Amino acid sequence: MSWLTALAAIVIREALRFIHQRERFLAALVRPLVWLLVFAAGFRAALGLSITPPYQTYITYEIYIVPGLCGMILLFNGMQSALSLVYDREMGSMRLLLTAPLPRWWLLVSKLLGATLISILQCYVFLGIAWAFDITLPAAGYLAAFPALLIAGLMLGALGLALSSLIRQLENFAGVMNFVIFPMFFLSSALYPLWKMAESSRLLHDICAANPFTHAVELIRFALYAEANLPALGWTLLATVVFLGLAFWGYDPARSLIRRKR
Amino acid sequence: MTSRSNNGLTVEHLSFAYGATKALDDVSLTIAPGTFCALLGPNGAGKSTLFALLTRLFTAPEGRIVIGGQDLRRAPRAALAQMGVVFQQTTLDLDLTIRQNLSYFAALHGLWGRDARRRIDAALDRLNLTDRSRERCRTLNGGHKRRTEIARALLHSPRFLLLDEPTVGLDAAARRDITAHVHDLAAEQALTILWATHLTDEIADSDQLAVLHRGRLIRSGLCAELRGALPLSDYFLQATGTPA
Repeated sequence: MSWLTALAAIVIREALRFIHQRERFLAALVRPLVWLLVFAAGFRAALGLSITPPYQTYITYEIYIVPGLCGMILLFNGMQSALSLVYDREMGSMRLLLTAPLPRWWLLVSKLLGATLISILQCYVFLGIAWAFDITLPAAGYLAAFPALLIAGLMLGALGLALSSLIRQLENFAGVMNFVIFPMFFLSSALYPLWKMAESSRLLHDICAANPFTHAVELIRFALYAEANLPALGWTLLATVVFLGLAFWGYDPARSLIRRKR
Repeated sequence: MTSRSNNGLTVEHLSFAYGATKALDDVSLTIAPGTFCALLGPNGAGKSTLFALLTRLFTAPEGRIVIGGQDLRRAPRAALAQMGVVFQQTTLDLDLTIRQNLSYFAALHGLWGRDARRRIDAALDRLNLTDRSRERCRTLNGGHKRRTEIARALLHSPRFLLLDEPTVGLDAAARRDITAHVHDLAAEQALTILWATHLTDEIADSDQLAVLHRGRLIRSGLCAELRGALPLSDYFLQATGTPA
């Protein structure tokens, strides 16, 4: 019972922080909306898209990048949440969490779940705005996307958690953002289908295909059409387990990774 | 598992290093139940490292910590559940209200619903902050923030209260107030308290004194007995060669 009490408290705290930091919420929405309403509009003519699953017909570029932009929200939020963990650790509130009389892995998972649920809320607001601009998806897809967004969000949050355990100070983290977020986003199927990438470079295509973010985006893409992409699901779950394992290892009190010379 | 300290706090042969830099070297300390123990040491003596090990933020490869009869390595949750901690840096979420901060902590310790509300109301009442409970912590002054953190650390009725330089950054009046407040708590609630400081005027003659210097515990005993006729600051200077 105390485990669930702590989980609820951590999720509520994330929600309250989110309410108190509305500018962060707006900033997180502006980014994908600029891509959707500006970048995609400009690219619509330049990029021809063939009919590939889950699409049954020709689609506009705006439709194509919606799942990738949901992934972008989850990716940025996952990393931002990790940034807040480094900040929390430096400012002390992470200490409060880690000294609670509960298994550390549970505290970390609770924190991860809280942050992911907030990200999912932002994804739905983004989908709602896209819908208002006539970028619509099948009704069942909005519902089916939830578990896909949850798994993808947990995977990316776990990556952030693992990174936060390895990063000693905030200033180091800024560099990691550049080396993680941008390569992960651009070397994926978020903005262009992988077959399109293969036309340019086989190597880049292979890197994109190995990128866990690609699988997260494809999982969301199919779910938005109420379809299951089992390989994408499998790879995303596997990446979640690996990143979580790394995070637990990094936050293990017996390891030196969260220590800082004072 | 029963400890040799009759359920007080025991540290046995604790050593810890950051890479090649030794932070704690074979530290042993016993604090009897209901005792106010002042851990006195200059900056860099190893006080915060000892706190991090006592609160299991990380673990030491050598040595043993037993809190209230619970070995911190073998039964960390049972040991942590008996402990309230006030860290050197504030751990209040400044964007949340005072009540939200207290509720969050209470839930982390398994307190929820009516029981949590009752404890929080009592804590707010003691702090004279009932009317301000819905204000953000950011609006509190330094002294009130510290008192709120102390009240929060006691919400789950721990037997041990650990405070790592809790008066850092406070003005003289607030510092005196917090020091007296925690001494009173020790007397009224029979709490076992470990108070880390580098300021000798925060320590009373009746306190247990443990002097930490360059990672080693160089003196331990009743403050009045240790210092004898010397002012504590002179005694500290004599013991460490460093002014307090």
